[in-house]
Amino acid sequence: MVVELIGVALTFIAVAIGAWYLGGFMVKVFTGGRTFLHPVLRPVEVGFYRLSGIKEDHEQSWILYTIAMLAVQVVSFILTYLILRLQDHLPLNPMAFSGVAPDLAWNTTVSFVTNTNWQNYTGEQTMSYLSQMLGLVLHNFLSAATGIALAVALIRGMSARKLKTLGNFYVDATRAILYILIPLSVIAAFVLISQGVIQSLDPYQTAHTIQGSTQTIAVGPFGSQEAIKDLGNNGGGPFNANSAHPFENPNGFTNQFEIFLELLIPFALVVTFGKMVGNIKQGLAIGGAMVAIFVVASGIAIGAEQVGNPALTAVGADQSRTSTQPGGNMEGKSVRFGPVYSANFAASTTGTSTGSVDSSHDSFTPIGGMVAMVLIQIGEVAPGGIGAGLYFMLVFAILAVFIAGLMVGRTPEYLGKKIESKEVRLASLAVLIDVLIILGFTAIAVLAPAATANGGGPLNPGAHGFSEILYSFSSQVGNNGSAFAGLSGNTVFWNTLGGTAMWLGRFFEVIPILALAGALAGKRVVPAGAGTLGTDRPLFSGLLVGVVLIVGALTFFPALSLGPLLEHFQLAANHLAH
Amino acid sequence: MEEKTRSESYRRRRRSSLLDRDIMVPALIESLTKLDPRWQARNPVMFVVEVGSVITTIIFIAGLFRGASDSLFVGQITLWLWFTLVFANFAEALAEGRGKAQAAALRRARTDTTARRLVGGREERVPSSQLRKGDTVVVEAGDLIPSDGTVIEGIASVDESAITGESAPVIREAGGDRSAVTGGTKVLSDRIVMEVTANPGETFLDRMIHLVESASRRKTPNEIALNILLAALTIIFMIAVVTLQPFAIYAGTSVTITVLIALLVCLIPTTIGALLSAIGIAGIDRLLQRNVIALSGRAVEAAGDVDTLLLDKTGTITFGNRQATEFVPAPGITMDRLVKTAELASLADETPEGRSIVSLARRFGADGHQQAGMAFIPFSANTRMSGVDVDGRSIRKGAVDAISTWCGCPTPKQLPEAVQERVEAIARSGGTPLMVAENNIVMGTIHLKDIVKPGINERFAQLRKMGLRTVMITGDNRLTAATIAREAGVDDFLAEAIPERKLELIRKEQADGRMVAMTGDGTNDAPALAQADVAVAMQSGTQAAKEAGNLIDLDSDPTKLIEIVEAGKQMLITRGALTTFSIANDVAKYFAIIPAMFFVALPELGALNVMRLTNPSSAVLSAVIFNALIIVALIPLALRGVRYRPIGAAALLRRNLLLWGVGGIIAPFIGIKLIDIIITAVHLA
Repeated sequence: MVVELIGVALTFIAVAIGAWYLGGFMVKVFTGGRTFLHPVLRPVEVGFYRLSGIKEDHEQSWILYTIAMLAVQVVSFILTYLILRLQDHLPLNPMAFSGVAPDLAWNTTVSFVTNTNWQNYTGEQTMSYLSQMLGLVLHNFLSAATGIALAVALIRGMSARKLKTLGNFYVDATRAILYILIPLSVIAAFVLISQGVIQSLDPYQTAHTIQGSTQTIAVGPFGSQEAIKDLGNNGGGPFNANSAHPFENPNGFTNQFEIFLELLIPFALVVTFGKMVGNIKQGLAIGGAMVAIFVVASGIAIGAEQVGNPALTAVGADQSRTSTQPGGNMEGKSVRFGPVYSANFAASTTGTSTGSVDSSHDSFTPIGGMVAMVLIQIGEVAPGGIGAGLYFMLVFAILAVFIAGLMVGRTPEYLGKKIESKEVRLASLAVLIDVLIILGFTAIAVLAPAATANGGGPLNPGAHGFSEILYSFSSQVGNNGSAFAGLSGNTVFWNTLGGTAMWLGRFFEVIPILALAGALAGKRVVPAGAGTLGTDRPLFSGLLVGVVLIVGALTFFPALSLGPLLEHFQLAANHLAH
Repeated sequence: MEEKTRSESYRRRRRSSLLDRDIMVPALIESLTKLDPRWQARNPVMFVVEVGSVITTIIFIAGLFRGASDSLFVGQITLWLWFTLVFANFAEALAEGRGKAQAAALRRARTDTTARRLVGGREERVPSSQLRKGDTVVVEAGDLIPSDGTVIEGIASVDESAITGESAPVIREAGGDRSAVTGGTKVLSDRIVMEVTANPGETFLDRMIHLVESASRRKTPNEIALNILLAALTIIFMIAVVTLQPFAIYAGTSVTITVLIALLVCLIPTTIGALLSAIGIAGIDRLLQRNVIALSGRAVEAAGDVDTLLLDKTGTITFGNRQATEFVPAPGITMDRLVKTAELASLADETPEGRSIVSLARRFGADGHQQAGMAFIPFSANTRMSGVDVDGRSIRKGAVDAISTWCGCPTPKQLPEAVQERVEAIARSGGTPLMVAENNIVMGTIHLKDIVKPGINERFAQLRKMGLRTVMITGDNRLTAATIAREAGVDDFLAEAIPERKLELIRKEQADGRMVAMTGDGTNDAPALAQADVAVAMQSGTQAAKEAGNLIDLDSDPTKLIEIVEAGKQMLITRGALTTFSIANDVAKYFAIIPAMFFVALPELGALNVMRLTNPSSAVLSAVIFNALIIVALIPLALRGVRYRPIGAAALLRRNLLLWGVGGIIAPFIGIKLIDIIITAVHLA
């Protein structure tokens, strides 16, 4: 246990160091500075602009920025949708998979465009190499770059820049891919492949087992995909088992390395934010709130999983830890990872918007599973999805400033910019949309008879079944992609509703946030004084955590009380419906 | 000092009259008439409560006909929901009541009088309501001034107590900055001719009545933003509550509409929603109690945001006149001789400077008196000196160059070196040197100095802690200004200020993103007042100044600016505190209602009943009652305002977060539990 906790701690330290340097590097990338990669990559960048007709210096208003962003999403959506539908007519399909059905193609494409990577399919039985590599990996980069660009646009709006514009979406996205995502994923891919993650273009292998039967072993060019899957907070693994599959995540080291990759850019963006607004402490205060939530959540999840299932204890099963057994709740977990690493992974994958899994969240204890769910429901702000975590946390920061900032006796201001009706309206709207879609879609799903048609719907009865539905919409709206996999989702109903939830969750969410950036951009900055609310102090981090929990999480309390909380108390009272 | 005591006693008088039955009774009646949905629709939070109340009322009545078993419970919930609305209305009506009482008092001062209008040199008697801008009117002792105007002829003492509450008469005279007179005030002595400057219905009194009465109508920017947040939170909680029913159905149970409405009302921010408008009105009213009229609520709110205070040196920072602080004898002259000579020279000098020389000399033991045979030479702008001729002694005191010329030295350079040095040192230190001479022989120098008001230093230190920068404005030269600025502890100063430079300074501060507050009374202050974010015009000032300001100080006390800033901050803090409190309250309410909702179908959720409330009905009822009563409990605070402490933003936030945030989480746990104990004891649930 101690060794694993040291492993967890070392991971966090590595993230802190990595985020610090990467954050500074990103400042240079997005403010037009020169980095050590420029001699090599700058010609590529310029060449790309020339080919595609992008004017590098062309500043976009928030509306133009939004339109550019949406245009890229729509075009790439169509491209991927067609690749999936027509994969049987396209090359790189050695296993001769047929075209993907329309509802599943809609769900999957939306899922990858929105950085959700919700997977209602079994990758190795559905997707050709071309679909995986071009159709899906394209979005692993593009959706991550979009997230970074949006965060940078909001930072620009909040910074003291005098311009009313937010930058140029095409340039931001290009730079995010070229200078950040590609170099990092190349390095990460080599690390992963060196540890045994598979990288091959061969057809699936056939093995002869000791019993004399044959077994098909799926392989593929997955080392490179694995890197961007975690780094880009995508989470859509080539294998159905995702990071629980030994070809994706062979050992304890790769497990923690994948956690590192998931957390790296979200935390680095906090540093970028601090530096771009001219006060690193502002970034640290935001980061502090993220760390506080994340560490406590990880702790609760690790504790819940290590203690194990009280129902099993009640019937005399020994779940305590021994020198040979990891103990705790091992259902749905790999022995390579045990409860500590698995819970750590779960908190990281839901604290960010990654959604990859190294164990079955569905099999977690109710409390462990609830931690994962709550981390998503609060808008994934600890530290949140790539870009999305920062911009959503900044929305909460604006609300926190507005609610409590009045208590210092000034009309609220954040980073010297007055928070007025317009900003409050847009920030509230972002939170409201999140709640509306998650709870609204869950309500539709629990009531609609179509939900259980064609074998769809939750496999478990009672509170746990409800948790599976609630988790699925939380995850899709939050663009997470992880699941309580006890839900049969590959039906027309779930594919359609889920795809819609993901689309709304991403782009309806982003429009008020970009409008917010537009409202703040160029706003006069009031110099800070002794009477100004110090948003760069630990006290503000505490306030921010409070607002996230009370405004963000408490809204879900009634729903959670009928899901994981009820299940927990039933389990404790040994009343579980079987 | 004396002035302060007077305005304080006046303030008390007004305050005490505010909680009497004249305000309470109409407020109670109004809290019922305000249940009109058209009125409630202005406030999204309370409107939701009203809709909920109507629904539960219908359920209750329908239940009575059907003989439903839960009628006692539904009836009580319904009653308390209506109470919630009535309490909110009461808070608002109470806040408005204070303003209405004030308006009524003002209206009494606006009685129609007969004015003596001058037409072509002839007087004609017309009702004051027929006076138009530009008319010329004669007012004599004992007459009420018929309208606002400017004195164009004569001087008179005027009783302005009808407006300022200040009983001491003030002087109004033609020309200069004391020429403005206000309709409704009374001339006590002499006769003036004034030009009317306002049409009927536009006079200062009319505007004041209108302002006081309509204080509640127009929302300030921050209030609008807060309303948006409250509306958004209301929608968010509606989503949470509405979707709970399908979830409950999925769990194999269902929740009654009454309980869902109870949960919704408890979760939406009713505390701040109910008190928000009262806080705003009370903020304006608090200024009114300090004798400041806010021409808009926006100005009060802006006062809390002020970053830079422009303060006139004279009257605000210093006593407004130079005083003698030191005698320096010339070489060969004894101190005693200088003191006595200086005293003699000043005996008949009635200027503050002259009197200060006499009083300083007395402290040195001089005891001269005016006697027959003394020929006093008055000060003239030409000679720039004054003095006395007595017993063949010719004594003069005055400006350095004037005296040196009189002594036969064409320039001060030819004075004794020691005297020269002294004169320069005094000037360097920001003081004014005066010289005394007798029979062409220089006796020595008197050091005249601006005296900084005692305690002003601490005041500025306090302002600095509040995050405000103070800039002193003075017509003095840089040297003098710098000395006073250092002594008073202001952050910056503007010397040799002329109106244009003042305006320039304000523009510059604003361009840097700062909000500027200033006071002014003269016509030449008007452009700067119009440019400043918070502009306090003195009631004693000119019409132009009053029109340019957005606040008017009836006491004409320039230090009032500091209180105005505090009042603005107090209003914002009160809003923030109650918003935070209101939202923090939700935690306990969830723990009261959620387990109660599912107690029958899902008994395991009883584990969430951490308060150990007696039964589901008592739990829901207790939460609803707490939610209603907390509004009443906080009305005094909303009207009085949360105290502002100048301890710096960080300490203030920590303190208020602890009090209203953490306190807001804990208080309802205790409150709901207590109410549960009581209603269980009296068998209401």
